Amino acid sequence: MSDKLVVAGQEFGSRLIVGTGKYESFEVMRQALESSGAEFVTVAVRRVNLTDKSKESLLDHIDRSRFTLLPNTAGCYTAKDAIRCARLGREAGLSNLVKLEVIGDERTLFPDNEALLEATRVLVKEDFFVFPYTNDDPVICKKLEEAGAVAVMPLGAPIGSGLGIQNPNNLRIIVETVSVPVIVDAGVGTASDATITMELGVDGVLMNTGIAGAKDPPKMAKAMKLAVESGRLAYLAGRIPKKLYATASSPLEGILS
Amino acid sequence: MAEKIEIIVNGKQTKISTTWTIEDLVQDLDLVGNQVAVEFNGQIISRDRWPEQPVGAGDRIEIVHFVGGGEEDRCLTS
Repeated sequence: MSDKLVVAGQEFGSRLIVGTGKYESFEVMRQALESSGAEFVTVAVRRVNLTDKSKESLLDHIDRSRFTLLPNTAGCYTAKDAIRCARLGREAGLSNLVKLEVIGDERTLFPDNEALLEATRVLVKEDFFVFPYTNDDPVICKKLEEAGAVAVMPLGAPIGSGLGIQNPNNLRIIVETVSVPVIVDAGVGTASDATITMELGVDGVLMNTGIAGAKDPPKMAKAMKLAVESGRLAYLAGRIPKKLYATASSPLEGILS
Repeated sequence: MAEKIEIIVNGKQTKISTTWTIEDLVQDLDLVGNQVAVEFNGQIISRDRWPEQPVGAGDRIEIVHFVGGGEEDRCLTS
């Protein structure tokens, strides 16, 4: 079956994108990446710890021939910091992809959409492929598309909350509103959330905490892989309409009387 | 003894020799084989230019790399 996620000129066999943070060890992360079937993973840009260089490097545990890196600007609170972080990520990773985050509020980690739009415009001019993390708001998603984003990444629920999709209708409207891929970023807590997300017709889903925070991350990664595939298939298959009353599924003709 | 100057590397005061370039600094920190990016007084210096960029007293250098990350955490502080 050829149903690939095509974004930023690249094809991905999996519609699941996973984060690499919060794992108890690189080995658990490696196993989780493996069982998730993902081909696209997010990484963060941080200062090298110069006092303790004994720590192993993340990239020693990610096979770059199999996984495409998506550097993020996580934890940036201004457009200026996010742009700086994106440029450093490009230099370190030799790739023009960036998952752009400009956080507007520490408690909810909701995005600052005004700064996000500003940073998107700057980075698009510098030939970045920008994947902006934003609210589940069709208007801002449209503006980000017009600014040149290669995809939009609306949240399903607050980052790390595991609440599942809070506003499925908005996500459906976003899918109808923009022509770039829609990748739901944040909020997925368990496999059924991932399936529901994909059933809405979005192009992909990104998660980190839902897998890394599970008791058995590699097992949850497998569950998420299957859930994303299931949801996508159900979307493509076309569900039956919801009806208030029963409709018999066995034939009514020939009933014994 | 060679003369020393003070610079700031990743927010910390560091003493280096007066004649160093970024390449020398990165080598001294044993980071050459790593996938790092260097920012020099707010400007990114690509790897091929490390040997050409001298480091002087008071210069601010940031050396970054990739760490595990997904949806949040904190970025560099300005």
